[in-house]
Amino acid sequence: MKIGVLLKQTPDTETKIKIKSDASGIDESDIKWVINPFDEYAVEEALRLKEASGGGEVVIVTAGVKRSVDSMRQALAMGADRGIRIDTEGVLVDNYTTALMLSKVVSQENFEVVFAGKQAVDDDGVQVAHGVSAELDWPCVWPIEHIELGADKKSVKVTRPLGGGVKEILEMQLPGIICCDKGEHAPRYASLPGIMKAKSKPIAELKAVDLLGGATPLVQFTHFALPPERKAGKILKGEPEQVCAELVKLLHEEAKVI
Amino acid sequence: MPGILILAEKEDGKLKNYSRELASKAVELAKGLNAPVHGVVIGNQGSAAAEELGAFGVQEATAIEGPAVQALLPLIQELKPQIILASASGMGKDILPRLAMKLKAGLATDCVELSVENGKLKAKRPIFSGKVFVDVTFLSDVQLATARPNSFAVTVVDAAKKAAVKTIQSAGEGGRVVVKEVKEAEKGMKDLTEAEIVVAGGRALGSSENFKTIRDLAETLGATVGASRAAVDAGYISHDHQVGQTGKTVNSKLYIACGISGAIQHLTGMQSSKVIVAINKDPEAPIFSKADYGIVGDLFVLLPILTTKIKELSGK
Repeated sequence: MKIGVLLKQTPDTETKIKIKSDASGIDESDIKWVINPFDEYAVEEALRLKEASGGGEVVIVTAGVKRSVDSMRQALAMGADRGIRIDTEGVLVDNYTTALMLSKVVSQENFEVVFAGKQAVDDDGVQVAHGVSAELDWPCVWPIEHIELGADKKSVKVTRPLGGGVKEILEMQLPGIICCDKGEHAPRYASLPGIMKAKSKPIAELKAVDLLGGATPLVQFTHFALPPERKAGKILKGEPEQVCAELVKLLHEEAKVI
Repeated sequence: MPGILILAEKEDGKLKNYSRELASKAVELAKGLNAPVHGVVIGNQGSAAAEELGAFGVQEATAIEGPAVQALLPLIQELKPQIILASASGMGKDILPRLAMKLKAGLATDCVELSVENGKLKAKRPIFSGKVFVDVTFLSDVQLATARPNSFAVTVVDAAKKAAVKTIQSAGEGGRVVVKEVKEAEKGMKDLTEAEIVVAGGRALGSSENFKTIRDLAETLGATVGASRAAVDAGYISHDHQVGQTGKTVNSKLYIACGISGAIQHLTGMQSSKVIVAINKDPEAPIFSKADYGIVGDLFVLLPILTTKIKELSGK
């Protein structure tokens, strides 16, 4: 099957995020950049689907600046076949324009199925994959933790956790978009031969301006701020019986939350 | 013509609490626009919940029976609202991005503050799971936002008032996504993102059986069970329960962290909670720096006692 994966490069979740002094954005100086963790699950599921369907190719599609190539190479080292990067260097983008550009590539490539992470851990937008699906009039399932390919390879059966312990089993006709949550399959590590091979796998480059057709962002992040620091509170000391009684009293009478 | 359209949700025939919050906020915002709020309730037999919107000052509402997404777009095209709001629930997060694309409208998700400035919506929302907050300015004529549960106050204008409700049938057959089955593993627990109280366990729990001590306390408090990534990765509990940047962000009034040391990606997922309690053996655990109340000690000794004391308090 011809499978696309929408991949974004994000700061590692252990990164302490700093703000520029004029509050206009994130200070990117000390950031360790990685594949968005949910997109890593998407790559893993895409590779498994390729195997289950008896072959084909997995194409990594990224809208991003030059450094995103490192994360794309990492996905190629995991086993993806090639990449397409929409170069956004110097272009102001938002979730809308990003979805618009990606939808153009998905449509040109004629993917049979597209994988994405359920959200990017930087802007937490939960918009891009849905936007691509709306633009293409494709179905989209979100968030998904288990995927099975139908016998005719024209549908997938997926499990969607709804929260509160409830899960839906859905069947989606392809082509469609599957937004991956952390599922049962941990993303594979790139092997040494995989890393070597990835170096020569092709990454095509497209210009954002050619795909945008004059479209511009619909929202702007105008002011960035850190949340107020929480102060350390009271440490309760004493015998277990005594501290538990004190805690219940404090939660009931002082904090008034129980 | 309504200024604001809200997507409300129901459970057991009544409005979800976050939909009450949303209605209250929308009515407040509508004053700045000098235009009314129109409520929409999705799902079968939603008319009672739609009527309930009247208590918060919403005068007109539509109940959509059947597959909602197909009916929603024509309704929006008919009513032409300037602002469309939903909750950042599973449904809101799934539907609004598609609407935004179809309407070529800007969307701010998971907002913790909403206001109307110069006739347009303005929003504040967390990014990086709450490590940073951004102000969102809209550049589009139509503005969409989802509101984070537990972020806005419920304001009852007149408890006896009912909204005038029109029910429409959504003709939607042959959808390309079909629900085959619904499995309920742990019924009755609120989702982490909307829970008022969360009791969370970390790697120190040591096994899935030991999570019972967390579940017992949670049940006593009517709380949702949470977990750290370490506990999920160790297989003690499913990923549904993971709090943090690669799990869910909670916005509870009380968060009790048990045996969780407090990795940065966990702290970001829970630090907007109103009151945080930390129980940990290690006095140096970073979690204590974020906690309002801390107890240094063995959770297996402390939690059963705590559960008993809370039962005594509530007279159970």
